[in-house]
Amino acid sequence: MPEKRVVLANCGVIDPKDIASYIEKDGFKALKKALKLPGEAVVEEIKASGLRGRGGAGFPCGLKWDLARKAQGDEKYVICNADEGEVGTFKDRYILENDPFSLIEGIAIAGHAVGAKKAFIYLRAEYRFLLDLLEKAIDQAKKKGFLKHLDIEVRLGAGAYVCGEESALMDSIEGKRGEVRYRPPFPPTSGLWGKPTIINNVETLMNIPRIMFNGAEWFGKMGTEKSKGTKVFSVSGDVGKAGVYELVLGSSLKELVEELAKAKKVQAVQVGGATGRIIPANMLDSPLSFETILGAGAITVFDKSRDIIDIVYRTLEFLAEESCGKCAPCREGTEAMAGILERFTKGEGQEKDITVLGELADTMMLASMCGLGQAAPIPVMDSLQHFRGAYDKRIRL
Amino acid sequence: MSKIGKGTKPRSQAKRDLLVLLERAQSRSGYLSQETIAELAAALGLSISEVYGVATFYSFLSIKPQGRNVIRICKSLPCYLKDAQTIIDGVRKAIGIEPGETTADGKFSFELTNCIGACDKAPAMMVNDDVHGELTPKKISKILQAYK
Repeated sequence: MPEKRVVLANCGVIDPKDIASYIEKDGFKALKKALKLPGEAVVEEIKASGLRGRGGAGFPCGLKWDLARKAQGDEKYVICNADEGEVGTFKDRYILENDPFSLIEGIAIAGHAVGAKKAFIYLRAEYRFLLDLLEKAIDQAKKKGFLKHLDIEVRLGAGAYVCGEESALMDSIEGKRGEVRYRPPFPPTSGLWGKPTIINNVETLMNIPRIMFNGAEWFGKMGTEKSKGTKVFSVSGDVGKAGVYELVLGSSLKELVEELAKAKKVQAVQVGGATGRIIPANMLDSPLSFETILGAGAITVFDKSRDIIDIVYRTLEFLAEESCGKCAPCREGTEAMAGILERFTKGEGQEKDITVLGELADTMMLASMCGLGQAAPIPVMDSLQHFRGAYDKRIRL
Repeated sequence: MSKIGKGTKPRSQAKRDLLVLLERAQSRSGYLSQETIAELAAALGLSISEVYGVATFYSFLSIKPQGRNVIRICKSLPCYLKDAQTIIDGVRKAIGIEPGETTADGKFSFELTNCIGACDKAPAMMVNDDVHGELTPKKISKILQAYK
């Protein structure tokens, strides 16, 4: 399947500093259309489109909105998660740099749909260089009268990977340490300051104006049965052309890394960042979709010269560092795994380590409070499954 | 104290401003001193430990004095694959300090950081808010010269 620029349609086309160039490209027509409809009808349109969250978990967007819309209370919030901290991800940076207006339009439609009067964009501290551009874009939209129903405020993160996790992100906006919350309750019923809240990834919100403008039916024609639309990928590592690519969902990993990003002699690909899957070269034909492999779209390619165990060790070291520390399975499990893997990198593995890694993985997946700890064992278990030989060679008998 | 504001807001409202106020104090003074933390706690009606807890959670907030310019080199996988180690060594050589340290003249602090979202330009680093990508050891001294 070919590259298709839906989310990125305006990137490199409009001037991100000038709202007039966006309006020329039918900008804010989707919002005007949405504002003429009751919020419920907008939610129904998004539901009908089959749009699923682009931040990694793939939750149906319309369903999330519906829950927040129906939740009791006048005070509701929309949050745009621009805390793009996943290792190997930079697509949201590219989107914010090139088309902040589509995002603002998407947030404005979301606010109307769920009945929120206040929205936050939570921007990671590393992207502070984009703050000015983003705030000026919001100002321009306000001056043009597009934001009469919704106040949008940018909140800056302060450097914490875990704040990309929605409950930690909300605690951070509330001014606290960014630690994850127990759930339920979920944000659509009890989110920011305990009020009904929808949190959507930048890319998810970018799809909203496209769906409202072209219709749910148009959107539903792209992709697979359970994965509609396109996905934006950040490709880096051992490739000839690192960068941002948008493909129709269901396209193959091979097409993305070999044909578009010009990777050669691929040994493995990490799909979805630090907590993502490790796909060996012989499985490159796998389609990219929610049914198969996807995550938030971070694609890191490793060629045949790389040591897979070193890569997995570095990944776990990262997760151990970024664990918020609130729950023991994640806090202790990531440390323990990193420790074992470090020994393997030095050729000092032990036979029983393999069993211990499996036991740690089971506990972490079952008992961690959030996605970080639940998914942290994935690279370890994937590499054990596909590259067991590399481990066996480092076991000291 | 006047810079921070008086403790007139209800507690939940006070807390919601805490991270924003810490970020402001950090960019104003380059770090969060014990005095700043105590002042903020008093002004917002929070305990010192609550403010300290938030101040030490985030990597962009520092309770140690930092240099006028903070260099953060990305150590995550995509940069690691593109020989980030040579950049780390290059900066070490150029300013004569190790990661985690500040130069004696207070000009630079040097840190290693996790993914900064510039993997398409790996190896990459940040100096203050600026992102510098496609680095080579040769480019480093020229880049650092621009910072006073």
